[in-house]
Amino acid sequence: MKSFLSLLARNRLALGGLIVMGLVVLLALITPLLPLADPDVTNTANRFKTPFSEGALLGTDHLGRDLLSRLLWGTRLSLAVGFAAAIVAATLGAAIGIVAGFYGGRTDNIIMRGVDMLMAFPYILLALAIVAALGPGLMNALIAVAAVNIPFFARNIRGITVGIAHKEFIDAARLSGMTDIRIILTEVLPNVIPVIVIAMSTTIGWMILETAGLSFLGLGSQPPQADLGSMLGEARSALITNPHTSVVPGAMILVIVMAINLLGDGVRDALDPRLKSGALSRPMPTTMVKRFGPVPAAEGDTLLALRGLKTQFQVKDRIYKAVGGVDLQVNPGECLGVIGESGSGKSVTALSVMGLVASPPGVITGGAVHYKGQDLIGAPYEQLRKLRGDRIAYIFQDPLATLHPLYTVGDQLIEAVRAHHPFDKTEARAHAIGLLKSVRIPNAEQRVDSYPHEMSGGMRQRVGIAMALANDPEVIIADEPTTALDVTVQAQILSLLDDLRRERGLAIIFITHDFGVVAQLCDRVAVMYAGRIVEEGPTDTILRAPAHPYTSRLMACVPELGQGRRELAAIPGLPPVVDKLPEGCAFADRCHKVTDDCRSRNIELAAHGAGNKVRCIAPEPQLQEAGQ
Amino acid sequence: MAGYILKRLISAIPVLFGISIIVFVIMAMIPGDPATAILGSYATPENVEKLNRDLGLDKPMVQRYFIWLGNMLQGDFGRSFSLNREVLDEVLDRFGATLILAGTAFVLCSLFGIAAGVISAARQYGLADKAITFAVLLGISIPSFFLGMMMILIFAVKLRWFPVSGMWPIYGARDLSALISHLALPALALAVVATGVIARLSRSAMLEVLRQDFIRTARAKGVHERSVIWSHALRAAMVSIIPVLGVQAGFVLSGAVYIEMVFQWPGVGRMLVDAILKRDILLVQGGVVFVAACYVLFNIAVDVAQSMLDPRIKT
Repeated sequence: MKSFLSLLARNRLALGGLIVMGLVVLLALITPLLPLADPDVTNTANRFKTPFSEGALLGTDHLGRDLLSRLLWGTRLSLAVGFAAAIVAATLGAAIGIVAGFYGGRTDNIIMRGVDMLMAFPYILLALAIVAALGPGLMNALIAVAAVNIPFFARNIRGITVGIAHKEFIDAARLSGMTDIRIILTEVLPNVIPVIVIAMSTTIGWMILETAGLSFLGLGSQPPQADLGSMLGEARSALITNPHTSVVPGAMILVIVMAINLLGDGVRDALDPRLKSGALSRPMPTTMVKRFGPVPAAEGDTLLALRGLKTQFQVKDRIYKAVGGVDLQVNPGECLGVIGESGSGKSVTALSVMGLVASPPGVITGGAVHYKGQDLIGAPYEQLRKLRGDRIAYIFQDPLATLHPLYTVGDQLIEAVRAHHPFDKTEARAHAIGLLKSVRIPNAEQRVDSYPHEMSGGMRQRVGIAMALANDPEVIIADEPTTALDVTVQAQILSLLDDLRRERGLAIIFITHDFGVVAQLCDRVAVMYAGRIVEEGPTDTILRAPAHPYTSRLMACVPELGQGRRELAAIPGLPPVVDKLPEGCAFADRCHKVTDDCRSRNIELAAHGAGNKVRCIAPEPQLQEAGQ
Repeated sequence: MAGYILKRLISAIPVLFGISIIVFVIMAMIPGDPATAILGSYATPENVEKLNRDLGLDKPMVQRYFIWLGNMLQGDFGRSFSLNREVLDEVLDRFGATLILAGTAFVLCSLFGIAAGVISAARQYGLADKAITFAVLLGISIPSFFLGMMMILIFAVKLRWFPVSGMWPIYGARDLSALISHLALPALALAVVATGVIARLSRSAMLEVLRQDFIRTARAKGVHERSVIWSHALRAAMVSIIPVLGVQAGFVLSGAVYIEMVFQWPGVGRMLVDAILKRDILLVQGGVVFVAACYVLFNIAVDVAQSMLDPRIKT
């Protein structure tokens, strides 16, 4: 509750709404005590006095009544009627919703059918029908407005109650012999009250507007009694000659409803957990770049080289260092595997290359990505866009989420091509069919018109690959493309990628957590842990003789066919959280060879044996050395 | 598709029944004797009895309902005593005017609302987003009848850009340009609130969609950001925006009652308010049932549009 209030206070607009609303309510409450003229005493000699004239601060209306006094009394009445309607609607709606949700079954069915019927009306028609039956009058307007809002509450509260009715504590209460009414009052009601309050805070503005509207039409409060709506309705005939009589009550309604809406938004935001976590912000077209320190220069003629890449997630006051200085490179025809546990930063590394890390919260804070000598980090959007999908393409995990659900795969392929090449529609379609064939999709001519949800997981992944191949790129970055697939399909996809690499001279960066996949496809492999590379080298060497304790522990987790006697050893402990990285080796806490030295200093990635690099002060000996 | 439309039409039948029952029950709540209510307290007992018989009010409720329903299905909505005219004729005449007003407002609020929501989401926390958010807040807080009055004051009386009220000029040709100049202010005033609501929901729907993986895929393909927002994201967001449009159509239809009063628009809303004040129950009853039924049919059209947009809906 306290944090809720402080959240509300932090939202300045909501606070403003609260203050304005507080003032209005206060004024309405003390109206009878204020030294005001009688709101209903007419004085036709003084009619249509302009505001700020003597004796009438806001002027007078068509019957010479003091507008300030009428405004305050009208506000009092409008607020009272609006609040009363809200309370009546909330109480009855909640009661209906709780009964429907609690009893379920046929009761629920009948009640909710009725509610649906009521909601099939444009709300004012129902209100008009009720007023027509009961006759014009403020009380009847109140009843009408409350009645048309009951279905809204009933439906909301029913939804919540259904969720609660199947919880264990309700069952426990039943078993302890409590009556249904007692269960509803003591167990269900306390849990739905917050929802009722939120629903009320979002609808009370509407209720005030609606009752004012009915009064405006002449169906609500009857003269001489006046709420804000009927003041406005009476002033309408003098709109052109004396606009102030209309502006005064109209502006008051606007102020009240606006304050309530601001407050309601604030309440809703304060209670929405997604907003608190910042999860509702949209990723920008490219990742934000705020590089500190010197930017590494391009060296050699490597196709794609990452140099000291650092990417962070900045959520509120916490900084998660997802990638903490990664060097990688890949050349034409080469396949580089990047392996690590979930959260090791391998995907973020891959997405950083083309600025695809969701931002906010992602920020690239250092390093460079050189594509043929040109730095992609901080490159202008248009330059990145031209390379994306054309020279450097991605294959993502889970193709059901990564393909657009409402476009056919053909359209998505055609778009990939036409983003970079001015093909006409028929050419592009033929090309799309060719692409589907090249990834061995049967019936490509028909499949091109399928939607993603009509395909199997393996087929969708092939579409993902076809999309990556659409413009014959030089580099493909594959982010766990086979993780969601079963083993046979996985093997097919891997051999497909392998063929493509050999045929087309593709460079592939293959992100995975599976050593079996690495062994099958990759020339070199880099092992990541807590955002850094802990070991890198030719696949053969590392598979035969891992030098970093983490690599060997990771490999020990992989079951091997036909070697049933070896024990599978899970790595004890959990990877460190990357917002609180320890000093020194991040693996120290889980390492069986840990010494005090490991924790005291930053350990460099150092050459180790032929072509290997390892970030460890006590690496396992190389095989040759071991053999001697 | 035709099968789906038929299916939805059939499923509307119980809803239409429900609507007629609700209206009937509400009208049966009229305190006292309806005939006395119609004829006033000075009516002679003979006249009251005769009217009761004419209206069929001497029969039991259930029987009365089915007689009323049967007559309605044959196009007989009864006779309005205040206008001395068939209810259906009057409703049909008036409904055309309401349709022009509400239809225009609906198109306006859909276009502006969605555009504002998309721009707001694409520029989240930017200047455009803040400006739109503020405008939306103002729009959903201002009573449409007050807005309409202020618009008359400024654009019709002070600036003389548009006529003050009515649907047609009193003298002069009843052509399209005359209609448009008369329509502009009321349609805008009516569209404002719904524009705000649609903009709000479009913004949050877009924000939700923009975080999806397939947006990242589109960007990874090198699709231009403009197309990522307006085609990839908006298309997916439309799946959650379209139902909101259906609901808002009901609000536009409701708001039309106020706007028709403010602008002296000869629509159903004004007819209903007049009928209520004159206690012309049959006219109210017929008008409400007719408009509600049209709204139910409109919502079926919304569902059909939804199914055409989203191939995952089984048709």
